Amino acid sequence: MKSIVAENLVKSYGKGDREVKALDHLSLEVEEGTVLSILGPNGAGKTTTVRVLATLLKPDSGRATVGGIDVINNPKAVREIIGLSGQYAAVDETLTGWDNLVMFGRLYHLSSQAANARASELLEQFSLTDAAKRPIKTFSGGMRRRLDLAASLIIRPKVLFLDEPTTGLDPRGRMEMWKVIEKLVDEGVTLLLTTQYLEEADQLADEIAVIDRGKVIARGTSDELKTQVGGERLELVVAESDLAAARAIADRVGNTHSSVDAGLRKISTPVSTGGDALVALVRELDLAKIHPLDIALKRPSLDDVFMSLTGHAAEEIKEESEKIVKSKKGGRS
Amino acid sequence: MRAVSDSLVIMKRQLLQLTRVPEVLIFNTIQPVMFVLLFRYVFAGLGTGIKGGYVQLLMPGIFVQTVTFTLAATAQGMAQDMEKGLIDRFRSLPISRAAVVTGRTLGDGLLNIVVIAVMGTAGYIVGWRPTSGLLKIALGFLMLLLFGYALSWAGIFAGLVAKDARVVANISFLFTFPLTFLSNAFASTTSMPKALQYFAEWNPVSTMVAAVRQLFGFQNIFGATKNSFPSQHPIQTSLLYMVLIMAIFVPLSVQRYKNTNK
Repeated sequence: MKSIVAENLVKSYGKGDREVKALDHLSLEVEEGTVLSILGPNGAGKTTTVRVLATLLKPDSGRATVGGIDVINNPKAVREIIGLSGQYAAVDETLTGWDNLVMFGRLYHLSSQAANARASELLEQFSLTDAAKRPIKTFSGGMRRRLDLAASLIIRPKVLFLDEPTTGLDPRGRMEMWKVIEKLVDEGVTLLLTTQYLEEADQLADEIAVIDRGKVIARGTSDELKTQVGGERLELVVAESDLAAARAIADRVGNTHSSVDAGLRKISTPVSTGGDALVALVRELDLAKIHPLDIALKRPSLDDVFMSLTGHAAEEIKEESEKIVKSKKGGRS
Repeated sequence: MRAVSDSLVIMKRQLLQLTRVPEVLIFNTIQPVMFVLLFRYVFAGLGTGIKGGYVQLLMPGIFVQTVTFTLAATAQGMAQDMEKGLIDRFRSLPISRAAVVTGRTLGDGLLNIVVIAVMGTAGYIVGWRPTSGLLKIALGFLMLLLFGYALSWAGIFAGLVAKDARVVANISFLFTFPLTFLSNAFASTTSMPKALQYFAEWNPVSTMVAAVRQLFGFQNIFGATKNSFPSQHPIQTSLLYMVLIMAIFVPLSVQRYKNTNK
């Protein structure tokens, strides 16, 4: 059963020349109990998608259902089954972690007793019991995000939306968040997660939808996307004096034309025979008495995926679209 | 029924904030108390010939000024919640669309009760003695609270529209501060230029001050506007203003909250 369905969502801001299409006929589906990661740079439409699906924003056109319920016509029923956490859905920073969870519990119409019990349970589950009586202001970034996530789990939602759950966290905080999220997924929640970290999508998602300028431009499992971009390649770093000779060998092994980054002294060769090609390359280099500084068989990274799908690196668009977003007076993607 | 209990949860949130950050309450009360003391002694000369001294005229003025500033406080709080994304979270919850904004106005209303009680005590200490009898005094306080509550709704709207807490606090203050001085709150309007006297006479702050003075048992001093409707019927005019403010801003605010989409 499809837990989340979006069909042809359109949402634009501004008018005329300055019109920005945040969503441009975006469609996606998420099977119940699975994780879909929406991957894209800032301004691609990730947050707008989540805001529409979480009933915060009405699209200009298109339709969407969450848990089989129409998001546009019956938002209240949708709110009963979803949890939302992320960049923007927040908690009250002057209150303690405990205060916040109890308050949100009450707003989910739990009895005062049940709200208290649920708050303790969640604090325990997210290793926040010690900090429970401190104002959120004093929390570390990672703790704050965990509490934010806890607040979205009060009613044990069927569908969870996490909007860039680890943006701005340090590596340790990110690992902790990932652990928590993986556990939730094991317990069977349907998760839609947005991220601009390719690694994060790779780690957490069953399926990835790459979006760019408000459109899904590719979707599939991480492996499928990588295959779509093309096969593996050999990467070889050698001393400067060996560069030309090594390149000739690489060209021969790959039976193709290698690209060379002279500055990094790196040779990159597309290959189709995987491990065999690597063995062949090593053997030939050895015969030619060239000592590689680094040698590897690489599968394309999701960065490569993005590059090949959009024709520009994720970083480039990021700046471009941030400008667009800023020009519409502080709006968000 | 749920809408009511949801609002109360939001209101309780503000009370909790006060216990977690008591400075807010302290700063909220220090300023009006400081005004009471400053005006009471600096402008004591304005009270010659008034039975009981200037403080009798001053207290209603300062009470009204303080509740008028509720507009800025509410606007700032609302804009802060917008900035932080708290409003997004509330909007993702299965609660009535009116609950969050209503809860905030109730919370700010409760804060006003505390502030007014502290000010009243300070006023009493420096010689303020209402003379009209308990019921009328209670009605006077009730009007003050209602006026603050009505303005709070205007603040909700301002906060939702502005989104930037510091900007909206400054703008609301720039709007309310002159309003409280272009009135009869601190001095009689008789020495103002004619045009200003007419403005001051219809200024809701003036009608409120006049109404509260009347309920506390003191006569207003009127100049050119002696026979005008608002000076003849300050209580009715003030109530009319409150109804008007609420009739405009309650639906506007709820609508705006519903459609907040950045």
